[in-house]
Amino acid sequence: MHLELSGLTKSFGSLVANDHIDLVIEPGEIHCLLGENGAGKSTLMNMLYGLLQPDSGEIVIDGETVKITSPNDAIKHGIGMVHQHFMLVPVFTVAENIMLGRENTHPGGVLDRKKANKIVTELSERYGFEVDPEALVEDIPVGVQQRVEIIKALTNDASVLILDEPTAVLTPAEIDELIAVMRQLKENGTSIVFITHKLKEVKAIADKITVIRRGKVVGQAEPSATEEQLAELMVGRAVDLVVDKEPAQPKDAVLRVTGLTVIVERGFTAVDNIDLEVRAGEILAVAGVQGNGQTELAEALLGLTPIAAGSITLDGNELTGKSTRQRLDAGIGYVPEDRGQDGFVGSFTVAENLVLDLFRKAPFGNGLALNTDAIDQNAHTRVEEYDIRTQGVDQPVSSLSGGNQQKVVLARELSRSLKLLVASQPTRGVDVGSIEFVHSRIVQERDQGTAVLIVSTELDEIAALADRVAVMYRGKVVGVVPADTPRDELGLMMAGASKSEAHDVAIENPTTLGTI
Amino acid sequence: MTTATAPPAEPQERSGLPSWAIQGLVSLSAIVLALVVGAILIIVGDDEVKKAAGYFGAAPLDTFSAAFSAVGEAYKALAVGAIGGVTPISESLTQATPLICGGLAVSLAFRTGLFNIGAQGQLIMGAILAGYVGFAWHLPPVLHLIVAIVAGLIGGALWGGVVGLLKARTGAHEVIVTIMLNYVAIYLLQWLLTTTTFQRPGRADPISPVVDANAQYPQFGDTRLHVGFLLALVAAVFVWWLLNKSTVGFELRAVGANADASKTAGMSVGRAYVIAMVVAGALAGLAGTQQVLGTDLPLTDGVAASVGFDAITVALLGRGTPLGTVLAGLLFGALNAGGLQMQLITQTPLTLTTVLQATIVLFVAAPALVRSVFRFLPKDRGSGTILAKGWNG
Repeated sequence: MHLELSGLTKSFGSLVANDHIDLVIEPGEIHCLLGENGAGKSTLMNMLYGLLQPDSGEIVIDGETVKITSPNDAIKHGIGMVHQHFMLVPVFTVAENIMLGRENTHPGGVLDRKKANKIVTELSERYGFEVDPEALVEDIPVGVQQRVEIIKALTNDASVLILDEPTAVLTPAEIDELIAVMRQLKENGTSIVFITHKLKEVKAIADKITVIRRGKVVGQAEPSATEEQLAELMVGRAVDLVVDKEPAQPKDAVLRVTGLTVIVERGFTAVDNIDLEVRAGEILAVAGVQGNGQTELAEALLGLTPIAAGSITLDGNELTGKSTRQRLDAGIGYVPEDRGQDGFVGSFTVAENLVLDLFRKAPFGNGLALNTDAIDQNAHTRVEEYDIRTQGVDQPVSSLSGGNQQKVVLARELSRSLKLLVASQPTRGVDVGSIEFVHSRIVQERDQGTAVLIVSTELDEIAALADRVAVMYRGKVVGVVPADTPRDELGLMMAGASKSEAHDVAIENPTTLGTI
Repeated sequence: MTTATAPPAEPQERSGLPSWAIQGLVSLSAIVLALVVGAILIIVGDDEVKKAAGYFGAAPLDTFSAAFSAVGEAYKALAVGAIGGVTPISESLTQATPLICGGLAVSLAFRTGLFNIGAQGQLIMGAILAGYVGFAWHLPPVLHLIVAIVAGLIGGALWGGVVGLLKARTGAHEVIVTIMLNYVAIYLLQWLLTTTTFQRPGRADPISPVVDANAQYPQFGDTRLHVGFLLALVAAVFVWWLLNKSTVGFELRAVGANADASKTAGMSVGRAYVIAMVVAGALAGLAGTQQVLGTDLPLTDGVAASVGFDAITVALLGRGTPLGTVLAGLLFGALNAGGLQMQLITQTPLTLTTVLQATIVLFVAAPALVRSVFRFLPKDRGSGTILAKGWNG
């Protein structure tokens, strides 16, 4: 199928989200749509998928202008989409999810499960998906859930498949499998629109790259372009992808974690008997695929999750049993993983959020009343210092972009004098331009002698920041390795291999992303 | 499922008007729409209109003129009874007094993320203690009133505090707890009024002795309006200060807007719930004192009327802000006072005002509906969310 978008424009009020976008997708090509968060990639794809209506411009399929007013229309025209957030019913089987909405029935309205199972089996054999049609969706790994979404689109005879940030939740090994699946689909003539902001993946898989910035197509690139060139196109200026950083000069251990165990709801052991040590003036990165206990580890350090066993000491003082407030007062700064949920109050102003954990203390509060002048004054200083882009310090934080929201959180946490900084996914959802800034502030904090613990699922980020890397898998630390450990080895450890196993296997079987 | 990037917020159309102006416009439009709905009810229920409609084919204009005069007279009586002179205005303010305090009790809890359905029970507990101190104790002037008021505040604060404590300690949902505590308070009052401690000697019906003159709110001239109204305004200023200018209020608002982020920033969510419910209970208790020490004087089982429930609608219309709550309380007070006059003069039932009040809130809660009628109204990002959030605060 030959798909052409010409002059697509969409505005929301005064904001032009898509400005005369032209895009041609040839049959059987993997077309990468590269752009920062908020560049307009999702708006464009939502118009193609019928979730939004363009203000002007047209969509042409095989030479014929079509109007797509709903996802159903899109599906009829052979367009399928795999959303970033999967649209699956967890308690249904794979086959049940596939037939949801177009159930085959025996006479009398009884569901024809056999037929659904057959469809799944056929498709997964044809593409080598290895999906069990009778497995419950909640029991299968995220990578397989994603394949279920792809099968769902394929059963609708999709000839153009839109994948929205598909690698965000996958391990390096799963990403490799996804890349194989995409190649297989391409060989069968399916075109793929691959939305991402990760440069390595783009280079690994794309046939053609279109870069979008601020709602406009700013250029096409070949997969042979360097990462720096792609980043520059994306951001609009030269970007330093490598953080300038001197070798760490670690001093005494500040944080000591011994035998830490966290058991969450339903008796699941999220953190399993962990020992860790972070020294003053070094960055320890905790690497791992999403959901392997890193989140619970960070929350346990802050006292946000009760611990089942073990001890946490800061400068030799036991923290277990202390409240979150006492731990913050003891000198821990915390950048939570889920900003919108835990990092700030969206309806509060920038100024209020900048003192969210400081408002009780002078000069912001005197125990009874707030000093609004001091709070405003502080906000102006921080906004300038951190280059927070806002229309004013009295604007709600929810009106800021992801990168600027993160700067608000970081500015607040770093405005106290810290012994330990815990930052979970510090650049998640942050645009490339701001990543540079966030990273350099974290390194600066390290150089001032603060112990820094970073939790990240992004190998790029770990490579940029870490002095040492602790890899977590299923709640355990499988190894603590130096920062210059090859990507392939880290990837294997993230899938549970021990340090020595990972080393051997990585040399024998290099992965696509690891070798770039 | 957690994913790597938050979906970018959909940009929305914004107009140049500030949020409060848009909300004010929506509220005004809601009032206009409610009056239209009320007019339809008046027309349907009016005897003259029915008679004229019987010969509609012969003289259709008769039906319309009858309809117009029915609506006109009813609303005129309503307006005169609400604001047509010193007595009507004083009556409106008297009616508004406990509604404002009760409304503040609901608003304050709302801002902390709690849906306080229990203003009724808290008000009754306040009235019981204030009433008891008022008729059973005998203290010098001024002092007696102050002690009785404090007793009322304590009664409400205890009743509210229990809710906060249960929520903080056990996670019990405040809606369930407040509803149940309302029943407990109502039946406790009914039982107390059968005991010798509370029941007026020589009476068989549930009524207490009259509150001592020393414990009564002084009245303005020969109207029913009393000093309690001024206390209601002071309470509104206090709530405004508490929410916007104090460190405690910062914490309450933060917990109400995002409990997770508040917890992460080291605040105690449970403590905020307890504080909010204690203060909210005290405010409802204040409304109780206004009833028993200001307008009713003896304690009866009807002391709370439906004030504690109307307070919820007042707070909703006032959008959880102190100023909004005062304005909404005044409007509802005026409707109550005017409704009595309307019933007297045009025989339009008093329940029409209840319909008006409910319809106003209904329209305010559905800004999209109001906007579909009044197309000129701009969209407001914040509008309606506090109402739509409802049960989970």
